[in-house]
Amino acid sequence: MNCDVCKQNQATVFLTQIVDGKMQKVNLCESCSKEKGVTDPTGFALADLLLGLGAAQEMERGGSVQKCPVCGFSQGDFKKTGRLGCGACYETFAEGLGSLIKGMHKGSAHVGKVPARAVRSIERESQMKTLQRDLRKAVAAEDYESAAQLRDRIKQFEVS
Amino acid sequence: MAIHNILTSSGEWMRGDGPHHQIVVSSRVRLARNLRGFSFPGWAKKTERLQILEAIKSQVEALPDMSDAFSVYSQDLSALEKQVLVERHLISREHAAKGVGSAVVMNRKQTLSIMINEEDHLRMQGIRSGLQLKTVFKMIDKVDSALEERLDFAFSPQLGYLTACPTNVGTAMRASAMMHLPGLVLSEQINQIIQAVNKVGLAVRGLYGEGTEALGNFFQISNQTTLGQKEEDIIADLQKVIERVIENEQNARQMLLQKRPNTLLDHIGRGYGILQHAYSMNSKEALNLLSFMKLGIDLGFFPEECSQPVDELFMETQPAHLQKGTAQKLAADERDALRAEIIRAKLAAFPKPSVGAPGLDRDAGTGSEN
Repeated sequence: MNCDVCKQNQATVFLTQIVDGKMQKVNLCESCSKEKGVTDPTGFALADLLLGLGAAQEMERGGSVQKCPVCGFSQGDFKKTGRLGCGACYETFAEGLGSLIKGMHKGSAHVGKVPARAVRSIERESQMKTLQRDLRKAVAAEDYESAAQLRDRIKQFEVS
Repeated sequence: MAIHNILTSSGEWMRGDGPHHQIVVSSRVRLARNLRGFSFPGWAKKTERLQILEAIKSQVEALPDMSDAFSVYSQDLSALEKQVLVERHLISREHAAKGVGSAVVMNRKQTLSIMINEEDHLRMQGIRSGLQLKTVFKMIDKVDSALEERLDFAFSPQLGYLTACPTNVGTAMRASAMMHLPGLVLSEQINQIIQAVNKVGLAVRGLYGEGTEALGNFFQISNQTTLGQKEEDIIADLQKVIERVIENEQNARQMLLQKRPNTLLDHIGRGYGILQHAYSMNSKEALNLLSFMKLGIDLGFFPEECSQPVDELFMETQPAHLQKGTAQKLAADERDALRAEIIRAKLAAFPKPSVGAPGLDRDAGTGSEN
């Protein structure tokens, strides 16, 4: 039996997975299996490999955007590699990736560790939102003295 | 520190005295991180990769935990040296294939290993002997917290840490334990166990990861998903399952001792005989026979002093470890001869398995595991 990827070498690695009750089989030769990371001890290779197969359609179905404006990575590149180009790709291809990610994980929202830097910027954002809300309230209540104070604090906050 | 020091000294995890070390060889936790605003290594151009590498490498080397580190660019390691690191699980096979633009930094004890520009900008791994996932997680989490002060990681409040592959997004954490399960294999329960473990959303792989055979009755159990659960919860779930598998393995060993002692002794006796007298042995055969020796030691058929030499042989008989002492690359048949020679030398002084006395006494089983 020949390798499904290069179609030349003898296949020596056989992978089987049942997806939605349908059996998917992939036969690979030694070098293609290595290239696909099938033997990578730390990676999550079988899923990656199959992700490459089923995932490409998922991406195409979901996305109207063809190319990441930040790094130039395209849907076609994802199809080829099963990997993304940069962090911004997650936003660029959010539509297509959404259901893909949902399907492979236990949840769709991160609940784990948050880097201290991100904590600070998230806190900042929420403080800013509170100030802006208070400002709107003050204006609505025609409490111009408070509004002026709030406006100054927002200005200060923006430059700090 | 020179590569020489790393290659000649075995890492902490290989000396094997962690909790449950008879059944759980090692615990590993790996975190993936990327820098905000840069392309992932697989997509970045060479100049960008080099820029990322330099930015990260100096920060990793500056970590207090890395004061005695061995730090090297991928192109400065020979293929054989890389293979030795792969056999010790200090770098991945994928990382071993990298050249200019990648590097690895590891501490002297070989408990921490940080790959730069593997699939992600950073792959940080902690490894310790026995079952101590929580300790290992704390160890690597500390490294991560120190680095995030100096490096701006790609993170989204919704999706967590952003990784090149969407299967890793979220915690970007993979925790795993390497288990030695000859009892479950011999009693033909292993497939049931694998299925049960898969059912709860964990992955079971062979000695060197997905698609590799479960050589020497070694199996890696790890978390499959990374999004939607806290790191601590992922580890706790994994720990629970591993403890159950340990129990099952202990029960399988006891059952074999009581119900099929001849089958068990036959495997152990043949392993002992062949290892002590063979003149040519490939690595697969060596792993499988050494596995039965290890089982024999765990069950008390050999004295306790035999344990360390056998554990060392698992590593020393791997192809790259075998060749690191030789001047040139060996052909397969030369390797097999050298492997058999090393094993014979180490096992020469081993006594015959003490069948009958305390061996088949049920207390001699895996009692120390409890």
